[in-house]
Amino acid sequence: MSNEKEIVLSIKDLVVHYEVDGDVIKAVNGMTIQLEKGRTLGLVGETGAGKTTTALAALNLVPDPPGIIKNGEIQICGKDVLHMSQKELEMVRGYDIAMIFQDPMTSLNPVLTVGFQIAESIRIHEPELNSKQAYERALDMLELVGIDRHRGSEYPHQFSGGMKQRVVIAIALACNPHVLVADEPTTALDVTIQAQVLDMMNNLKNKFGTSTIIITHALGIVADICDDVAVMYAGRIIEQGTLDDVFNRTRHPYTEGLFNSLPNIKDRKAELKPIPGLMPDPANLPEGCAFADRCSYATDVCRTKQPEQRMISGTHMVACTAYDDPNFMIERSRKP
Amino acid sequence: MSDTLLEVKNLKKYFKTPRGLLHAVDDVSFTIDRGKTLGVVGESGCGKSTTGRVILRLIEPTSGSVKLAGVDIGALSRRELRAHRKNMPMIFQDPFSSLDPRQTVMQAISEPIINNKIATGKYEVEELTVELMRTVGLAERLINTYPHELDGGRRQRIGIARALSMNPKFIVCDEPVSALDVSIQAQVLNLLKQLQRERDLTYMFITHDLAVVNHFADDIVVMYLGQLVEKAPAEELFENPLHPYTKALLSAIPVPQTYDRPERILLKGEISSPIEPKDRCRFAKRCPFALEECWAKCPSLQEARPGHFVACHHYDKI
Repeated sequence: MSNEKEIVLSIKDLVVHYEVDGDVIKAVNGMTIQLEKGRTLGLVGETGAGKTTTALAALNLVPDPPGIIKNGEIQICGKDVLHMSQKELEMVRGYDIAMIFQDPMTSLNPVLTVGFQIAESIRIHEPELNSKQAYERALDMLELVGIDRHRGSEYPHQFSGGMKQRVVIAIALACNPHVLVADEPTTALDVTIQAQVLDMMNNLKNKFGTSTIIITHALGIVADICDDVAVMYAGRIIEQGTLDDVFNRTRHPYTEGLFNSLPNIKDRKAELKPIPGLMPDPANLPEGCAFADRCSYATDVCRTKQPEQRMISGTHMVACTAYDDPNFMIERSRKP
Repeated sequence: MSDTLLEVKNLKKYFKTPRGLLHAVDDVSFTIDRGKTLGVVGESGCGKSTTGRVILRLIEPTSGSVKLAGVDIGALSRRELRAHRKNMPMIFQDPFSSLDPRQTVMQAISEPIINNKIATGKYEVEELTVELMRTVGLAERLINTYPHELDGGRRQRIGIARALSMNPKFIVCDEPVSALDVSIQAQVLNLLKQLQRERDLTYMFITHDLAVVNHFADDIVVMYLGQLVEKAPAEELFENPLHPYTKALLSAIPVPQTYDRPERILLKGEISSPIEPKDRCRFAKRCPFALEECWAKCPSLQEARPGHFVACHHYDKI
């Protein structure tokens, strides 16, 4: 077995700020992440953690103004995304990297048929196809995501939410991108429909080997579909590792807090232990660890010193100053 | 003898649409005991929110009766209903759109106090408002802030304070935590539970989130296309689901752990139209076990085990 991993997406030291009315909102504050070929990475965090901004930056889509990419390097399949002409970017988007947005209701054009919308993205990237060929390919894509091909001539409003999300996925996969970024792909869907879409995404992953980043706040979905997990808090990754690392050998107090906040389906009498307080205002981040104010393990050092990223195994990283003490353990890892 | 607070009998709500009658709530009956929580579960379009609204007569029912603490809500005149509303407030899903953006926290919470004459006099109203803020965990310094300055969790606390201001016995919670982040969601759920213990509150808890309802409710009803398909104590329902739809729903819960993952039952297709439904099982189209009988006749709710009701022709064979 070779140790050489093929990296399809690499984000290094990314810093993104939004400057609004003299306030600087620090959305992403030094984020480094790599996506290996054929893997699915779950990017987890709550509202305002900087998940979506990171994803937008990967496609160089951060709205400017007010967004400014202050620092960082982003490479997709070896191509530098942040220093590209608009024309080059358009070829990368959709072809090398594609994005699925959260809300299928607003990401489709209501006045064009779904078949046309899929064919449109195919023709941009494969201009040698004529419109008939592209349309046929579009119908093949529809079948692939589990929709009858004769429905290609219908309009978005004739589809239900789950079906629309399938169409959006068909558009994203139409050019067989190397990297797929899915921003909360099932949040707007009902549980049984969510199960269908996740199942389909799993099948497509096995079929095409597309490397995927799934942005979500739901740990249940991560356990369902991801190989690796990165947990974000206030614009930084605070814990990262394989699914097994993060779920069964949890190290960061925030990750522990997320698990404790969820009702346990097996033990309905168990008390919920929410994380006290709120995420800090991204326009006014503390000097030390951003989680210190909500953390029950925090010491004075935490409030002044930014935690370093620490590798605790070949795959598992945690950014928490408490581990300066070699005997430190969070509650969750004390349990058998 | 159980102590029934809410009794809903054969409740129906049909809406007229150009394509025929839409059966939003179709012959729904249940009771809630004092101090207990009934979880109403189902997917979008199953009629769970409409059921909540019809019970409070925010929408007039087509037929059926609702009794709250012995009072027939359907028989009240407009004026009586208005007076009665304070006994049955509602907590809404979206704390971003259910508050008036031009009201401060003080104004929002004191509005129902003044309207219902729960306290009179500027000083008394303010005192009660501050007390309510303390009860729901809002810092007193926030009294003059506007909703846009607050996060979702705090806004939802304002909604809870407004509901509590009238000293109700019964509250309808319509997806009260769905719009909140998990860590905030747990804070609000714990608050609702604590208030229930302290004030002997009875909740009707409408949600699509089965993990939350399992944690929160004493009894659960599962709705599908306007009808109850299963009704049981929460523990019984999760351990022994009988209806194929309930089984699929439970198996579809994304469980946040990597081991012991449930075998997933994937349903084909999507919810069908609630307009002019035919006399057959409404779930038959998606049901992996549907037989001829299911297409011929709509099953009615029957007691399969003590306290456990199911509407399925052959729940005992699957």
